[in-house]
Amino acid sequence: MKFAVIVFPGSNCDIDMYHAIKDELGEQVEYVWHDTESLDEFDGILLPGGFSYGDYLRTGAIARFSKVMKEVVKAADAGKPILGVCNGFQILLEAGLLPGAMRRNESLSFICKPVELKVVNNQSMFSTAYTQGETISIPVAHGEGNYYCDEETLANLKANNQIVFTYQDNPNGSLEDIAGIINERGNVLGMMPHPERAVDELLGGADGLKLFQSIVRSWREANVVKA
Amino acid sequence: MFKVKVYVTLRESVLDPQGKAVTHSLQSLNYPEVSDVRIGKYMELTIEKSERDLDEVINEVCSKLLANPVIEDYRYEVEECVPQ
Repeated sequence: MKFAVIVFPGSNCDIDMYHAIKDELGEQVEYVWHDTESLDEFDGILLPGGFSYGDYLRTGAIARFSKVMKEVVKAADAGKPILGVCNGFQILLEAGLLPGAMRRNESLSFICKPVELKVVNNQSMFSTAYTQGETISIPVAHGEGNYYCDEETLANLKANNQIVFTYQDNPNGSLEDIAGIINERGNVLGMMPHPERAVDELLGGADGLKLFQSIVRSWREANVVKA
Repeated sequence: MFKVKVYVTLRESVLDPQGKAVTHSLQSLNYPEVSDVRIGKYMELTIEKSERDLDEVINEVCSKLLANPVIEDYRYEVEECVPQ
């Protein structure tokens, strides 16, 4: 499976993402600059964390109009797995690929620490390697991770089982403890915690690796003909 | 050309953590009469006269980029000005 890590001016978790895929997951991966005109050769798209365009105006608001995002929308429409982490999640929200928006953390502080998450949906293509209800530890690092959506959107998220991860001890004020959601089709995941920072016991934990393994497993089941 | 003043604020229904912190700070500075603060953004756009309708252009740029309709509202004022 071949992944693209999209690099915007101000991305700073791109190298961690690349390392997770190449060295820990053992799949192919390439950095892709934000003005790239085609993502056709890639099977999965990763939007890393950071501060694209300095978080000017709103987090993700400028990156959402970069050239590559047209291709990300195209890949999403084609059913390819798209993962946005932290700033990547914020960009997916601004782009309308996921519903809702981010507000400043309730405490107004930048929060950087490992947090416990509950896997509330292990049926998505990003979470099949976890067990339903499993508690995992993944680090967060953000100032604007306070998820918000209106009541109707929240009802839809619940009805379609689109909430994948929730915080055990809500660090930022997110509505309903939401840490990660998928789109209705199930091929776009946005999450504030950083699974790419939890892929090796040497780094304090490897609970994030299963997320990437889930993506590869689903992709192989759908695309590789069994001999 | 026109000078357009755009104000972007969080929607009434959306909690404003910054505004809440500033409200508490003002109250602790002994201004109990300040019951609420909402923090927003102020932007000045210079827009050249064109064939397009000015309000249409402003509404487009506001809803596309300057404000996020999920959590924010905007309003604007227009001043016609003569280039120096």
